[in-house]
Amino acid sequence: MPSRTAGRAAGRAAGRRTGLGWLWLPLGLCALFLYLPILVLVAMSFNGGGSAYRWDGFSFRWYAELARDSDLIEAVVTSLGIATGATAIATVLGTLLAVGLARHTRSKMLEAAAMAPAILPDLVLAIGLLAFFYMAGIPKSALTILLAHAAFGTAFVVAVVRARLAGSDAALEEASRDLGAGGFSTFVLVTLPSIAPAVVAGALLVFTLSLDEFVIAYFTAGPTTETLPITVYAMVRTGVTPEINALATVLVLISVTVVVVAARAVRRTEKS
Amino acid sequence: MTQSTTPGVLLEVREASRSFGHVRALDSVSLTIAENEFFALLGPSGCGKTTLLRSIAGFEHPDSGAILLGGRDLLALPPNKRPVNLMFQSYALFPHLSVASNVAYGLKREKLPKAEVTQRVAEVLDTVGLQTMADRRPAQLSGGQRQRVALARAIVKRPRLLLLDEPLSALDRKVRAEMQLELKRLQHEVGITFVVVTHDQEEAMSMADRIAVLAEGRVQQVASPLELYRHPANLFVADFIGTSNLLAGPSDRERLMVRPEDARLVTPGEGTLSGTVLDTQFQGGTSTVAVEVSTLAKPFLVCEPGATAAVRGTEVGLVWDHSVVVGEGLA
Ligand SMILES: Nc1ncnc2c1ncn2[C@@H]1O[C@H](COP(=O)(O)OP(=O)(O)O)[C@@H](O)[C@H]1O
Ligand SMILES: [Mg+2]
Repeated sequence: MPSRTAGRAAGRAAGRRTGLGWLWLPLGLCALFLYLPILVLVAMSFNGGGSAYRWDGFSFRWYAELARDSDLIEAVVTSLGIATGATAIATVLGTLLAVGLARHTRSKMLEAAAMAPAILPDLVLAIGLLAFFYMAGIPKSALTILLAHAAFGTAFVVAVVRARLAGSDAALEEASRDLGAGGFSTFVLVTLPSIAPAVVAGALLVFTLSLDEFVIAYFTAGPTTETLPITVYAMVRTGVTPEINALATVLVLISVTVVVVAARAVRRTEKS
Repeated sequence: MTQSTTPGVLLEVREASRSFGHVRALDSVSLTIAENEFFALLGPSGCGKTTLLRSIAGFEHPDSGAILLGGRDLLALPPNKRPVNLMFQSYALFPHLSVASNVAYGLKREKLPKAEVTQRVAEVLDTVGLQTMADRRPAQLSGGQRQRVALARAIVKRPRLLLLDEPLSALDRKVRAEMQLELKRLQHEVGITFVVVTHDQEEAMSMADRIAVLAEGRVQQVASPLELYRHPANLFVADFIGTSNLLAGPSDRERLMVRPEDARLVTPGEGTLSGTVLDTQFQGGTSTVAVEVSTLAKPFLVCEPGATAAVRGTEVGLVWDHSVVVGEGLA
């Protein structure tokens, strides 16, 4: 890609001209600080020995262990299911709520109320939901975790989408109505395309938050539901093995793939 | 259902009022606009022009009063059901759609056959001179081109009434002058009634068949450009339209208005007034002479054809062929 290389060269030249080239140093240090732990984690997942801290030669041994660990796999499946369901609910509700808040009310109170679950400490939400499910007579299960995650996820989607709507022009929606589109067509044809990147970003956020959420899941889980963080917590209490590293590596791989695919999808909708 | 019977009347606004808190944006506004008219709403910023336009389009609702289009009550219809289109001041082009898709948007909502949509889009792009830009995005166009797309998107719907909110204000001077002529040509060509909002009196005068002058939410006068200029209904209109010299009138509440081109310089002592030449300005076809008169707060302006013989600092007399008495208060 000639244009991209040209861009990079231009960037270097600009760095030299502006005298800001030295900024590469703090940038590099920050990147090291952020990514070194992940690199170590991935490296140790290929450890042949039984320690997560001492290198004993290369091996896929722990990936094989992981593939045989049916408890862990079941927990992964449970967590993925909860995350998917919670993301679907939170994305739809959060997007509609954000549009409503941006276009149909000026109440700051409503807005604060809609976003509060994102700011409240997890512990408060967890205790509250626990009490709520008990009083409503809903037995705790994977479904109660899903609903709990959907609740705080909605608040995150509202926050992300609302910010995007604040910067967009309400005249676009009026123009659509003026040209003969009803409220629903306008939402689908004009509003949604302009907030699509924020909707995708919000959905990704909810998915990843749900996947490793511990406190709320711990409080709202049924006696036999084990989400991934709960299972890992139990494993770690009896000693850390590189199997955890292998698991973490697989999760990193999944997250990166999801983010890249989503970013591509957003760019494609923006282009077409 | 109120029925307007006057033939030739397209739009009728009856005593429309709208307040925002303590601000009376529209204060009992009444207007009629004829079929095929090029009508301008003129007034200073904040006088309620946009509020009136948005009430006709359906994005504001008057607190009281009625708006009828061809005798039909418009206020009962939502914006998407009104046979009226609005060209937004910001153009409001859909950034994610191409020029052609922007223009086709309104036709697709009417569920017209694909072939007809394609044909009408091509025709209208041809009319506004953008046939080669059909596949571009709004972000890839100049200000003038964007304005044409907004115009094409509205007229392709063949509305009975096209509302334009400050259509030329975002353009630079030269393009604006071109577009004034272009808008007039287009209005003739497509045969749609235009209502243009502007705060620029020259723009309104050069384009419109009739102008409504608004101030503080009230209609001051509705008349042809010439009538407004020659016979302003009050001091506000006289001052807002063109330049005028205002002298003491027959009563306390009235003033005498003299247009600069109706006045002439004569030898001192022979004129109705006398004063000292303060400044002269040569404008090419005409010259303006500013005369300081001791009884007036502002210099008296005289417009003379060609170059003037007046010399700064000399005494002159002033006479005029035509003057109008105008009332002081707002309508
Ligand atoms: N949505 C609104 N909320 C509050 N005040 C408004 C609103 N729209 C208009 N106004 C007020 O009403 C008056 C008329 O506004 P507008 O119709 O936009 O004037 P113009 O278009 O002539 O500049 C102004 O004082 C403006 O501040
Ligand atoms: Mg305005």
